[in-house]
Amino acid sequence: MVSFQNLDKKFGKNVVLNGLSLTINTGGIIAVLGPNGSGKTTLIKSLLGMVLPNKGSIQIDNQIIKNQWEYRNNIDYLPQIANFPGNLNVNELFTMIKDLRGKPTIDKELIALFKLQPFLKEKLSTLSGGTKQKVNLVLTFMFDSPLVILDEPTSGLDPISMIRLKELIQQEKTKGKTILITTHIMNFVEEVADEIIFLLEGKIYFQGTVSALKTKTNQQNFEYAIATILSENHA
Amino acid sequence: MLKILKYSFYDLSRSRWSYVYFVFYLLLGIVLLFLNNNLSNAVITLMNVIILLVPLIGTIFGVMYYYSSKEFTELLLAQPIKRSSIFLGQYLGVAISLSLSLVLGLGIPFVVYGLFESAIIWDFFSLLTTGVFLTFIFTALAFNIALSNENKIKGFSYAILLWLFLAVIYDGLFLLLLMYFQDYPLDKFSLIATMFNPIDLSRILILLQLDIAALLGYTGAVFKQFFGTSLGFFIAMTMLFLWVVLPVARMLYVAKRKDF
Repeated sequence: MVSFQNLDKKFGKNVVLNGLSLTINTGGIIAVLGPNGSGKTTLIKSLLGMVLPNKGSIQIDNQIIKNQWEYRNNIDYLPQIANFPGNLNVNELFTMIKDLRGKPTIDKELIALFKLQPFLKEKLSTLSGGTKQKVNLVLTFMFDSPLVILDEPTSGLDPISMIRLKELIQQEKTKGKTILITTHIMNFVEEVADEIIFLLEGKIYFQGTVSALKTKTNQQNFEYAIATILSENHA
Repeated sequence: MLKILKYSFYDLSRSRWSYVYFVFYLLLGIVLLFLNNNLSNAVITLMNVIILLVPLIGTIFGVMYYYSSKEFTELLLAQPIKRSSIFLGQYLGVAISLSLSLVLGLGIPFVVYGLFESAIIWDFFSLLTTGVFLTFIFTALAFNIALSNENKIKGFSYAILLWLFLAVIYDGLFLLLLMYFQDYPLDKFSLIATMFNPIDLSRILILLQLDIAALLGYTGAVFKQFFGTSLGFFIAMTMLFLWVVLPVARMLYVAKRKDF
């Protein structure tokens, strides 16, 4: 279980998280939605300890994570912008991260799944955006941790890889993992998410299932439901 | 931390700049020794080069490495690794690889020339020690500047300004003050002012080692009297050491509180 209590975060004068409280139960796929700048990435980065909140606390399985690092052994994270050290090749990157974490991995299966075999000897700086994202996905899923955080996992992927990713996410869910996803692709959310969390101006605006959101906004279509929230709050 | 150090070092050992830096010292050493044929002249020339160049390369390289490995750092921050290990590992990776370029680049020609048979080995040794100290000091200062400035252009400007200040402007101000207050006793002031600039401190330490302090006149005598004693030498070394430890401590303090 992950819980956030009264989280505040400012960058200069810009208030990004404003007294956010949230509890996420173990197991299932949770989509974190919200307009640009609503604090999705900041929320995720606070959970990882990369961004330090001004106020409030975060607990994972009742352990406060402030100034801790061991808990990250149980988290797999896919960053939004996949930038890697340019003078390494794909294989060296995998080896390095495996060495740093020292845990058993399932990288072979994942490399086969995303057809990365021909790229293993290539420098990371020469890869296309989509291929980089696949490398990023392998890097994320290879450790088999109970909490998986995906920041914009679909960006740059071709349709086939997208289907594989959806299958992979579903498959990981059946292992009992908690999977947090941020994305702007609403079809993707509607298809995979068990629960959605809607962030607005640094607070939780809505937490529940897709159908609950449709009921709340009186919309049949999920995309329109989201648009309704946005126009009501920004118009 | 050792793993981070290993990868930073590995990363740098594949960078062209480490080799350029190494080859530069190699050539400098060869030219000075084999064309000049005078070991103590070579050491003095080397001192002048090291005193200015080592800080410059340390600052520029440190800032450059921090900015160019930003993505790598972010990748590491999401892994189960302590923050201080990440930054300490990267810092040591840069500082050690620069020091190695210096020590090997100058060491090889000197060893080939037959350094071990000459009496000047201690001079050479103190030259390399201060060079290594300066590398560690200025790389740490560079990491501090880069950590505090997200903007690369600003970071580079501050780094160059820092070097310019400590290598050139500081001495100018120092001299002006000495001229202005020449009617007063300035021994203590000069000693203390020297302590606060690692470049000056290194220069004095090497000059005293070379036994040419007499050339510096009265000031030289004062310095000799102070730094020549084992207490003075100990204090000077402690100061150099503090110049490494304090910036590294600030680096870790800032890194611990920074958002990425």
